[in-house]
Amino acid sequence: MGMAKWEDAVGAIGLILLGVGHYMGLFIAPKEAMMGDVGRILYVHVPVAWISMLSFLVAFVAALGYFFRGTTTWDALMESAVEVGVVLTSLLLALGSLWARPTWGVWWDWDPRLTTAAVMLLAFLGVTALRRLVDGPEQRATWSAVATVVAFVNVPIVYFSVKWWRSLHQTQSSPKTVDPGMVTSLRVCAFAVLFIAIFFIARRWRIAKTRLENELAPPEALLDSEEA
Amino acid sequence: MRQVWEVLRKDLLIEWRGRSRSTGVFFFAMILLLLFSFALGPDSQVLRQHAGAYMWLSLLLSSTLALSQSFRIEVESDALTVLRLLPVSPVSLYYGKAAANTLVLLLLGVASGPIVIAVFDVTLHAPIGHLLLLLLLGCAGLAAPGTLYAGITCRAKGQEILLPVLLFPLIVPAMLASVKATTLMMNGDPMGQGRSWFILLLCFDIIYWSISGLLFAKVIEE
Repeated sequence: MGMAKWEDAVGAIGLILLGVGHYMGLFIAPKEAMMGDVGRILYVHVPVAWISMLSFLVAFVAALGYFFRGTTTWDALMESAVEVGVVLTSLLLALGSLWARPTWGVWWDWDPRLTTAAVMLLAFLGVTALRRLVDGPEQRATWSAVATVVAFVNVPIVYFSVKWWRSLHQTQSSPKTVDPGMVTSLRVCAFAVLFIAIFFIARRWRIAKTRLENELAPPEALLDSEEA
Repeated sequence: MRQVWEVLRKDLLIEWRGRSRSTGVFFFAMILLLLFSFALGPDSQVLRQHAGAYMWLSLLLSSTLALSQSFRIEVESDALTVLRLLPVSPVSLYYGKAAANTLVLLLLGVASGPIVIAVFDVTLHAPIGHLLLLLLLGCAGLAAPGTLYAGITCRAKGQEILLPVLLFPLIVPAMLASVKATTLMMNGDPMGQGRSWFILLLCFDIIYWSISGLLFAKVIEE
């Protein structure tokens, strides 16, 4: 129960920070010089981008942790971090599309960043699919750890390959002079998303761990007969 | 090294004895090429421009068949268990299998070459050796993570879905590099960009041939 309280506190702080950050971003921070009010989506888009990558980093570390320790704790952490990362990346792409439409005039563009994010999302979605389709808990843990490591290593390669691919064409450039007022809002929002992500990862981690332990535990009938 | 060679020889022998399977994969690749050319329409300019892309797409789609095939044989008669019991290190097992898959894909690529030239009306602007080297590097890039993932998916539920879902996002850099370099070879390379795509493909191969070799032991141990 102590765990749950700690998680709730972090989640609540995240929500409050999100409210404060949004208020600052929408009403206090100055307008974006080039994009005007549309630019204010920055305060959710950029933090979500940062934290989604952080979640995948956590998943990668958890996968390595599973290789070295082989415990369900690491496996459960990997499952939760991959899932939170997938949700955040989906959100990132949705927000990015909303932003791209009024500023670039299109919903989607095959720019290195966008492509990399899309490929990253697909690669980690593959990991979640793999987890659903393997029955043995140990096989599932090992195989999804392998897939997580491979997917994570791929992300920088995709980035550079697509950058080369696009470098033959015109690339989008966005000269930005960041005003101090914007920095504070951005920072508050980044911490808000970070706290909310920690809340989700911790809770999902606990659920995954409980489920794994139940999966690995002997059937109840056996326990009953032992007690009797 | 000897172990790698033995595994490679074994896999190629199985492939040779089960020729009907490989020819099936070959026909699948041919059909894809024809379908792609129909989808593009009769404009020979457009066909020529996209020949490289469709050649690699047909190779990629057929590769999932070839790759899952190479492990299905092992799982069907529980040969994988026997392989694990043999004094063969998982690393050699991986490199043997990956090399066999590379060769099978390379053969597929070489065999589909004439069809690509005929159907897409392609003229080669680079020495044929360069194209063969590119095919080899591209197939090696497909086979490295492909062999690793086929080892996983052959024992999971819904393997037909799982292999492409895991493999395709991963293969994006290798595909981009192969397609770009092939297209430059087919349509001329006035800016000399082909070289950088070769390097990218080579880096991809080096990275995946090394990490997949390390991870494969985890995949096949129970």
